[in-house]
Amino acid sequence: MAEKEYCKMISRSTPGPGDGGRTGSWRVLRPIIDNDKCIPAKTGKKSCFNCWLYCPDCVVSKTIPPTIDLEYCKGCGICAEECPADAIEMVSEASQNVEEK
Amino acid sequence: MHHIIESGNVAAATGVKLSRAQVIAAYPITPQTPLTEKLSEFVESGELDAEYIPVESEHSAMAVCIAASTAGTRAFTATSANGLLYMNEQLHWAVGARLPVVMCVANRGVGAPWTVWNDQQDSMSQRDVGWIQLYANDHQQIIDSVIKAFRLAQTVSVPVMVCYDGYLLSHTYMPFEQPDQQKVDAFLPSFTPKHFLNPEEPGNFNTVTLPDIRPGVSGAIEPGYIEIRHNLHQDLRGALDAYKEIDEEFAQEFGRGGNPFVEQYKCDDAACVAVCIGSLSYQLRDVIDSLRQEGIKVGVMGVQMYRPFPDEAIVEALADKSSVVVFEKALSYGNQGPLYGDIKSALYSCSSRPRIQNYILGLGGREIQTQQLMDALRRCCSSPDAIEDTPRWIGLKL
Amino acid sequence: MRKDIIEIRWHGRGGQGAITAAKIVANGAFVSGFKGVVMAPTFGTERRGAPVFTSLKIAKDKIYDLSPITTPDMVVVLDHTLLDEVDVAAGLKDDGLVVLNAPGAASDYSFAGARVAVADVTAHGVAAGLPPGIVNSGIIGAFSKATGLVDIDVLVKAIEQEFVGKKPEKNGAAARIAYDNTSVGEK
Repeated sequence: MAEKEYCKMISRSTPGPGDGGRTGSWRVLRPIIDNDKCIPAKTGKKSCFNCWLYCPDCVVSKTIPPTIDLEYCKGCGICAEECPADAIEMVSEASQNVEEK
Repeated sequence: MHHIIESGNVAAATGVKLSRAQVIAAYPITPQTPLTEKLSEFVESGELDAEYIPVESEHSAMAVCIAASTAGTRAFTATSANGLLYMNEQLHWAVGARLPVVMCVANRGVGAPWTVWNDQQDSMSQRDVGWIQLYANDHQQIIDSVIKAFRLAQTVSVPVMVCYDGYLLSHTYMPFEQPDQQKVDAFLPSFTPKHFLNPEEPGNFNTVTLPDIRPGVSGAIEPGYIEIRHNLHQDLRGALDAYKEIDEEFAQEFGRGGNPFVEQYKCDDAACVAVCIGSLSYQLRDVIDSLRQEGIKVGVMGVQMYRPFPDEAIVEALADKSSVVVFEKALSYGNQGPLYGDIKSALYSCSSRPRIQNYILGLGGREIQTQQLMDALRRCCSSPDAIEDTPRWIGLKL
Repeated sequence: MRKDIIEIRWHGRGGQGAITAAKIVANGAFVSGFKGVVMAPTFGTERRGAPVFTSLKIAKDKIYDLSPITTPDMVVVLDHTLLDEVDVAAGLKDDGLVVLNAPGAASDYSFAGARVAVADVTAHGVAAGLPPGIVNSGIIGAFSKATGLVDIDVLVKAIEQEFVGKKPEKNGAAARIAYDNTSVGEK
């Protein structure tokens, strides 16, 4: 009897950047980390990493200092809200673009 | 004439408002949500004098409608896809209890896999339950069908679902006329249901039935389960004539209608007829016109009432055609398209009958391109011998 | 397919009101005698800031085909920052027109040789007394000037009806200022 393969397709995605497209383009506000206030950056030690923990899109790196992947950061502001050191400020994206240009 | 340009959801909500629904219980679900929001605005502003009951699920939404209808009020809900299926048990209850509930279904594909886009599997999968099913092709038909649905439901004591394509109709905007409230009141008077909870006449509703008939407390023989269900089926078949009359009366009053079961376009002299349900039947009109310019005699027919199945109208329209092409956004998995099967079955005993090709398309909102429809129809018209008994698929990409 | 249908695609970002703008033009077109009007927004998940588009078809007779626009006659862009991300002129017919909210002149923008009309709707909105960033009323004025399809007076009335309770006169004024300041380029 010939072998027939069943269940060749289901809907299943592997987690990873870019599944929703270049969502960084949606940003109206951009998070800026002040490394003078950020606890891991200041102390040079692995510390709270609340920004990494709470980011719903996993665009904050668990590094010293933490960095933000602007390709995908949507500017939701949760990192700024959760930072215990008030080290993150949400600034207008438009103003950043003008500066970059 | 008061035309407005609004979405299909608003057309439905306006129909419910004009019908003076008294109890609304609904749970939001894409793409029906703006319908419930509009209804709650109507209630909040006082434009609609109704109880709006927020519920925590669709199962409860139908449960509340069952209770409200049993208490003798005009009840309405709306849902889509997985929401419709969540209330499936209650759908069976509402129809078995012979309650004139009206529901709108914004047709959407069913998970898994997850989708929010349009196909008709949700309502199609409920065709065996016993609810009357009406399908609208555009916004005018949505608002008109809602009003007719309330009238039909209370006439035959069977719940009615008015279905329309999610997004394609629910979220697009087009002009439609809002019927005059006074005229609607004359067409749809308030009613007293045959059976309702009444403290003056205490009774138990929908109690258990034993397999055999038995005498009740008064000594009279009470019907059993099979008798009650047989009566439902008879009344559903009777609803065909009832709806025809209601549609005629609506047409006289409001100037629109006249196609209670099927809506045909250029079918009279057509050798080949495309059949489908919903907005697709209108999209096919441009295809029909183009093919006719090529000299191919085709027409398109939209099925407006799917349950009860209008087999006489179907046979009259299709029996003497050479070929029929049934486009469906639904599938009875493991077999064939539901509409295709019903049409084939209706034509079975005809001495002459067309070849029939089934196409499955548009599932999960897969875009339906006019060129695909043209190619499919042209192929069936030019090579009827190539028509197969198994469904073909349009728009697959892998 | 039918040649009498005028197909207009509107590009904006979620929250900018592209749907409302298209709906207002639909209303204006309908009362001007276009009995066939169909407006279809982007179907599906959306959020503020994400690129969205809306299809508007108008014709003298009723329109039956709701399928998406593939070859627009006109494209209206509410936000020039979209130009880097979205090919707004995709499928534009040969004699097509792009109406763009942007600073500068029509000659500053190129879409494979298509005609371009430009108005700094963002600035005109502020000039009309609206908060910065309201562009969906002004863009209608630019549309009217560039296409001549619907009279500006009809559209201003439709704008004022749509924006009842939300600064209707200022929104109408924004459309008129944009109308007067739309520069239409040659092909």
